[in-house]
Amino acid sequence: MKCADEFRSREITAPLVEEIANSLRRPVRIMEVCGTHTMSIFRHGIRSLLPEGITLLSGPGCPVCVTPASHIDAFLAAADLPQVTIATFGDLIRVPGAERSLAGARASGARVEIVYSPMDALTLAQLEPERTVLFPAIGFETTAPTIAATILAAERLGLTNFLIIAAGKTMPHALEALMADPELRVDGLLCPGHVSAIIGSEAYRPLADRHHLACAVAGFEPADILSGLLSLIRQINEGRPGVDNCYTRVVTAEGNSRAQHLISEVFAPADSEWRGLGTIPGSGLVLREQYRRFDGMEQLAIPVQPVRELKGCRCGEILKGRLLPPDCPLYGTACTPLQPIGPCMVSNEGTCAAYFRYSGRKTSTARQEPKPLSVS
Amino acid sequence: MCLAIPMQVVELKGGGDPLLDPQVALVESDGVRKEIRLEMADRIPAVGEYVIIHAGFAIRTLTVEDAEYNLSLMRRMAEVLESEGRLPGAVP
Amino acid sequence: MKTDSIISLDHGSGGLASQNLISGLFLKYLTCPQLRDLEDCAMLGEYAGRIAFSTDSYVVDPLFFPGGDIGSLAVHGTINDLAMRGARPLALSLALIIEEGFSFASLERIIASVARASEAAGVAIVTGDTKVVPKGKADGLFVNTTGIGLASHRHDISVKKAQPGDAVIISGTLADHGITIMSCQAGIDLGGDIESDTQPLHRLVGALLEEDAGLVHVLRDPTRGGLATTLCEIAQSSGVDIVVEEDRLPIRPSVSTACEMIGLDPLYLANEGKCIIICDQDGAEDILQLVRRMPEGRDAALIGWVHEGQDGRVSLTTRIGGSRLLEPLTGQPLPRIC
Repeated sequence: MKCADEFRSREITAPLVEEIANSLRRPVRIMEVCGTHTMSIFRHGIRSLLPEGITLLSGPGCPVCVTPASHIDAFLAAADLPQVTIATFGDLIRVPGAERSLAGARASGARVEIVYSPMDALTLAQLEPERTVLFPAIGFETTAPTIAATILAAERLGLTNFLIIAAGKTMPHALEALMADPELRVDGLLCPGHVSAIIGSEAYRPLADRHHLACAVAGFEPADILSGLLSLIRQINEGRPGVDNCYTRVVTAEGNSRAQHLISEVFAPADSEWRGLGTIPGSGLVLREQYRRFDGMEQLAIPVQPVRELKGCRCGEILKGRLLPPDCPLYGTACTPLQPIGPCMVSNEGTCAAYFRYSGRKTSTARQEPKPLSVS
Repeated sequence: MCLAIPMQVVELKGGGDPLLDPQVALVESDGVRKEIRLEMADRIPAVGEYVIIHAGFAIRTLTVEDAEYNLSLMRRMAEVLESEGRLPGAVP
Repeated sequence: MKTDSIISLDHGSGGLASQNLISGLFLKYLTCPQLRDLEDCAMLGEYAGRIAFSTDSYVVDPLFFPGGDIGSLAVHGTINDLAMRGARPLALSLALIIEEGFSFASLERIIASVARASEAAGVAIVTGDTKVVPKGKADGLFVNTTGIGLASHRHDISVKKAQPGDAVIISGTLADHGITIMSCQAGIDLGGDIESDTQPLHRLVGALLEEDAGLVHVLRDPTRGGLATTLCEIAQSSGVDIVVEEDRLPIRPSVSTACEMIGLDPLYLANEGKCIIICDQDGAEDILQLVRRMPEGRDAALIGWVHEGQDGRVSLTTRIGGSRLLEPLTGQPLPRIC
């Protein structure tokens, strides 16, 4: 879209950067809870443009990163079954469970395919009726309706070889749990633009009211992010925290009701374990009774993996901004970008992974980099 | 968590049967084309409108005006900020 | 010769079936006299100069893609490795490992492509080998090409020779090959505009070095890992820092859009027909114009500069004036949804 280029032009972003610097009166701590925000901030070098005094915390908004090891192990248990093909988003391929990742399983002979859409997994099931195709259904409220629509299509088509493992999570309860923690001192929240397209900007109102928290719903282009940050600083300055929708072209106050209905038709809320954070009530999605025949855990008799504390993992505290990565005993030794343990390192842009990169590689010990899959 | 990009709808296909021939949108940008599902779009787009796409689905339909309104607001803000900056002793 | 429709283990055993494959298929397309002699090795003659030697194996999936196939890729890739040290390619070898059951028609298509690429580049296949492995032991077809080249003593192009102040030039658009491959895998229709950029660069390099009086310090083709990873290698080896500007990077709009759609960064996607030229700042403009005049270098651009530094840091000045570090790629680029 030609318009998108404009949202990246210096003409628009430079004045915003300047105004942010001019408006900042005291140090502020702002959390962004969307992996795509983290990526965009990094990609456009936004941190390098912000004044000292703005601390940008990266929250647990990367569904891949917060998928617990027990779920990954369930995906792996399915992958090990000879008749099963795992069709998954690319993001999940290298995330480790207790010991292995899907990439590791593929290397050992499991069939693991990367898909761009859950519908592609469905198509695969139609093309290979002798295989059972399993889709690890991770994601937040932006992705959940796509999976719901896929389940409904599978039902209408009468498919018996398509399954999911429901691992989706929802934002509001998780945000509440985070903000309710007195240890976490956050002045403002940069709200995820596309989740908000689904749930509506008003979803953050209770959060803003209860915790006196400035909220800004922002899109993902640099101009969007900078507008969001500026809005937060102004709200903080004026002592009037509320919910400002800075992404009006995509987000409405009530959200997308069609998408919301899709979610509630197929899924029900449930308690859910977040990697590094523990169990947050009501923050997960499970298949409703009438769609249980698509439940991979049941249909493939996959044992529920025990909730496992990642020994020594301090991600919870890092996510809350209480610890810096080097303070974690596992950082740089047991936990590295190539062999991550907790979500902060699993994501390319998680706090620890980003820190690892920015602080430079101090040692020159030969890194065993896995050979990239061939493009030549 | 939600990589999604806007693309323009160049054709609407199917719709003959919700099961075997669901309605889909063909989107295009700079010569790249993709078929996009419409089950979760807030409204079905018309050809020429834009959709925000995530995981092969349209999550939001917008008119060019919607997009440009947002942009023009930002532009106007940028202009105002710039002109304010030029006033001596301007209060931030 | 009876045309078999698939390759069997017999074809690799050295017996009659092998002979038939060689005479009926390979020699039909690959016409270099040394190859036809079918000796155990090819004799190349006597040359004055430094001998350059390179090898590469090709396991690309899919085998056929817009703009090329595993065959043309294999020819161009090894030619380019020689060219990147300023060597004139003299000859190539071609070794195939074929999975039992591979389609004969596909093999023929690939060999024809190898022959076309070799002829167009003016570098002959002079020796070869074929093995067939049982079903399941190879993913269709693996290809290896090894190349011999000749480098004059006048030039000493090396990854260690970048100097602070040098200009960084890229010979054309980025990520074309990588996004072509990834898009095939993601089922995105590229609308005919995007295709692999696989092409030989030895003529471009030849022209460059013809004029050159030691101004060209580094040549490197940004294949796996893309521009970013390759710049990191150069910075590390040369003990310098490099800064490139996002605004200056030549990327086709369609490539950019496809990357956005599947969540890939074009700076980390493979290029198979491009080279990074690091040269003295005084000669940079002339070198850029020379490269642009050649068909292989039509979209060449000056993209950045080499700076003092010891950590081998590469950074990108973003479109909006920010700055970010470019690190080498760890593992393979993966499409993203989050």
